[in-house]
Amino acid sequence: MEKFDVIVVGAGPSGNGAAYTLAKAGLKVLQLERGESPGTKNVQGAILYSDALEKLIPDFRDSAPLERHVAEQRMWLMDENQSCTGASYRDARFSQEPFNRYTIIRSRFDRWFSEQVKAAGALVVCETTVTGLLRDDAGKVIGVRTEREQGDILADCVILADGANALVGSRAGLRPPIDGKDMALAVKEVLFLPKETLEARFNVGNKQGVVIEIAGNITHGMAGTGFLYTNKDSISIGIGCMLNDLKRQQLTPYQLLEGLKQHPSVAPLIAGAEMKEYSAHLIPEGGYKALPQLVGDGWMIVGDSAGFVNAVHREGSNLAMTSGRFAAECLIELHQAGKPATAANLSGYKQRLDDSFVMADLKKYQHVPDLLNDQPQFLNLYPRLVSDAARDMLIVDGQTKRAKQQHIMAQFRNKRSLLGLLGDAYRFWRAFR
Amino acid sequence: MTAAVEFTLPAVNVEEKLFQNRYRIDTGRPHIKVHNADTCTTCELKPCTVCCPAGCWRAEADGKIELVVDGCLECGTCRLVCDEDNVDWNYPRGGFGILFKFG
Repeated sequence: MEKFDVIVVGAGPSGNGAAYTLAKAGLKVLQLERGESPGTKNVQGAILYSDALEKLIPDFRDSAPLERHVAEQRMWLMDENQSCTGASYRDARFSQEPFNRYTIIRSRFDRWFSEQVKAAGALVVCETTVTGLLRDDAGKVIGVRTEREQGDILADCVILADGANALVGSRAGLRPPIDGKDMALAVKEVLFLPKETLEARFNVGNKQGVVIEIAGNITHGMAGTGFLYTNKDSISIGIGCMLNDLKRQQLTPYQLLEGLKQHPSVAPLIAGAEMKEYSAHLIPEGGYKALPQLVGDGWMIVGDSAGFVNAVHREGSNLAMTSGRFAAECLIELHQAGKPATAANLSGYKQRLDDSFVMADLKKYQHVPDLLNDQPQFLNLYPRLVSDAARDMLIVDGQTKRAKQQHIMAQFRNKRSLLGLLGDAYRFWRAFR
Repeated sequence: MTAAVEFTLPAVNVEEKLFQNRYRIDTGRPHIKVHNADTCTTCELKPCTVCCPAGCWRAEADGKIELVVDGCLECGTCRLVCDEDNVDWNYPRGGFGILFKFG
């Protein structure tokens, strides 16, 4: 039976980051992907963070299919159906090369990324679902089982980059099954508009893009956010909520998305656009406390499969690429030293993560998931109070401004008592400090 | 706390959305099955019928569940929201199922 140095399960950002790094260093790599081609099973907003990709492919801008660089970020606080309070940040430096963030269309981007992996020397096999892991008598992972005939393949180490559902690792007992309380479901549509129309509506020039992140009661009190990103000649619009909230509220995800699309702040931006795809994906948002064991004898786990998502900053693909690269670097070191892929030796991967922004950021926000679960006022009450306050102040009706201000303060005290407000301020500071 | 939400969300025909997608259906080999159909009839909330973003799970008048996986987006939601652990969930065979054009 043919044997590889490494088998990488999955061809998303983490799997590609790992396979590319390994192949470039000369290791014998097999990458297995269940989709017809890389990208056909993958869903993201999507923002590409240059830094993480630059560390893999410094000149990626020369050939990668990028939509627009992010010239402006808007943050909107929306209610269900009427109002929207917003802030925007546009910076001329965002439009100076090298650009820091881009919008991308994942299926196109992933296909390109996979071409780079193949060019680096990895064997990439698509249309192959990994159904299990092969273990030796001592329990060490020694390969994978696929659904194909005679589909067992051996390797010194297996990197699990199989995505948010983490089926392979869970079913092999290498990690606990994923928990609904840690997962968000996001649904998304891609809406096409002529390039000129899009640029006029969003007030941007050629190749410039806008990112809109949306919070507030647009999620009907559930923990979640919406987004709207501009691509070349299309808009990616979506909304995501924690699964347990969705279940409790008895609201369908497509109704939530429709609510967002029909909101008066959004509807004119997407009017007349042609919807060409509707997608959905789970996002592991449990953060630091939900991370599983990351290595064992003969295996490592990377990307969404491990739960590397910074939900507060809407980052995931950069953590995925970086974790894939770290896993690969650790393996390359072992390979060169002639050392086996034991759990102890693979801990170098964990060390690299600990020393980087990946773990530092996840640790920083480790209390946020609990805060949003246990303290729903941050998601529904405060956004509503903020939008009410804005409306009160902006309506000119002969009332004195002091009376308006007193009314707003009274609203805050009524709805949440002085002690509650102070407690919330502390809780918020503690979770985000 | 906040007043009850009066605003109701618009009705949506999810099939119209799914119609835009590309699929390669593995005819006769559904990748998701129910372990025990009787368990579903006694399930009160039937969260699968609400949370599935493709509307694959429908409650019938007699309390049974009808599952048609052709429009499945392969997200994994039904598996996680089922309190009875009654969903036999697998990915489709390689190359089959949803084929995202944009993703």
